[in-house]
Amino acid sequence: MKSIKEKVIESILFACALITVLTTLGIIWVLLSESYSFFSEVSLGEFLTDKEWTPLFSQKHFGIMPLVTGTLLTTFIAICVALPMGLTIAVYLNEYAPKGIRKTVKPILEILAAVPTVVYGFFALVVVTPFLQSIIPGLSGFNALSPGIVMGIMIIPFISSLSEDALAAVPKTLREASYGMGATKLQTSFKVLIPAASSGIIASVILALARAIGETMIVAIAAGQQPRLTFDPTVPVETITTYIVQVSMGDVPHGSLEYKTIFAAGITLFALTFLLNNISFWINKRYQQKYE
Amino acid sequence: MSESQSESSFKIEAKNIDVFYGEKQVLKDVNMPIEGNTVTALIGPSGCGKSTFLRLFNRMNDYIDVFHKKGEILIDGKDIYRKKTNVEELRKSVGMVFQKPNPFPKSIYDNIAYGLRIQGINKKSLLDEIVEKSIRQAALWDEVKDNLKKSALALSGGQQQRLCIARTLAVEPSVILMDEPASALDPISTAKIEELIQELKEQYTILIVTHNMQQAGRISDKTGFFYMGDLVEFDETQQIFTNPKNERTENYISGRFG
Repeated sequence: MKSIKEKVIESILFACALITVLTTLGIIWVLLSESYSFFSEVSLGEFLTDKEWTPLFSQKHFGIMPLVTGTLLTTFIAICVALPMGLTIAVYLNEYAPKGIRKTVKPILEILAAVPTVVYGFFALVVVTPFLQSIIPGLSGFNALSPGIVMGIMIIPFISSLSEDALAAVPKTLREASYGMGATKLQTSFKVLIPAASSGIIASVILALARAIGETMIVAIAAGQQPRLTFDPTVPVETITTYIVQVSMGDVPHGSLEYKTIFAAGITLFALTFLLNNISFWINKRYQQKYE
Repeated sequence: MSESQSESSFKIEAKNIDVFYGEKQVLKDVNMPIEGNTVTALIGPSGCGKSTFLRLFNRMNDYIDVFHKKGEILIDGKDIYRKKTNVEELRKSVGMVFQKPNPFPKSIYDNIAYGLRIQGINKKSLLDEIVEKSIRQAALWDEVKDNLKKSALALSGGQQQRLCIARTLAVEPSVILMDEPASALDPISTAKIEELIQELKEQYTILIVTHNMQQAGRISDKTGFFYMGDLVEFDETQQIFTNPKNERTENYISGRFG
């Protein structure tokens, strides 16, 4: 009797696991098949080398690079904000903060990641951009800088929390060795703990990067919708994700070449995050703490 | 209590030390004067307070939230728990070797140079010189001289421990605290460490916690026996091992308990 019950439970659990795998496979299948028909009309060479992305105009160009640079630019700005802040917070929480503060601050910081991104986007557009415009004359109303910074704030907890975990996992004996030599807390943090926790810290950065690359709402609201091959953070740009939103919500006829561009853009995005995930996986394996 | 600058012939002096972890008293009125250039062994059953006592001398207990103490620890006549004590400076002159070898996940060279670099010494020739001198002093040179760039974690346990000793020596302390430095090592490595301790005595004052009675007998000049937070007996090692005054000491060293 029991064995039948066990088997039923087991198969339910298996079905649950299967659903997630099938969903992933389904997404990959749709991306691949739709973009296959896109690439049968536009060559891969043109896709990768053309400097303009204007599939919705009469003069059509299908160069993905403007969208890629837009994505990379906003992501880069975000990580420039999030890495130093996140790491500093992690060091503070791990090495300086009393236990009580650490226990309170960490969950509060994690709330940053739980704020709806549309709120962040709105915040970037109506608060951060006007503020930046008062400092940087000539900053356009839509730009890469403002959403990049706000996105950076959003991903701080990814870095601070995971890095703090990594720092806390460094054996106590290493900490004692460093203090025992007369090192200060700051020296211990930066010369012993951070290097020893580097695999965990790098993994946290990559996770944050993947999150920033895939982020849609903030950039869609505040970065503009003008695909532009530039690394100038003061002008409007368009990211891959923003483009997908723009086309999905517009009145592009289903099945047309214009429509299929979003799958090509999607698969580019997928390739980027897939690459990052693999790098993170590889780093974790390669640099897995080789000490106790 | 006087701001202690007392005229003392002792290198180190523990005066009326009480240590508490919260409510729990772990050391009771311990007094121990220690002369320079000697090896002092601290023995006793687990939990008797000897490691806590050892860690008073470089203020390693400060990191325990509930720790507080009464009494004075004098090193070179100065109370190291004064307000104006610079703990980092103190630890440069009172080095520590831990129970388990704990090299940094860096190269052999960088491990030894660490203590110097954090003091702002970056001159390559000076670093090279001190690194070599320290590794030689720790009797490790012949084994690692061709591989100074290799990770310290690739060394054997015994080599790692000697590396940790070399790392401590590099900052030229005057006192070295050793917390069961050979307990995780094989007999041959242990013998090497013991031999090394004998040589280091010439230049350093050494305090060593050990669970190994024979080891205490072999290497130390004086031995202190701790039991349940009391320093039961403190005397010449030979005296302790051949003619202990206290019955508990005798029972412990003859292996009747502990």
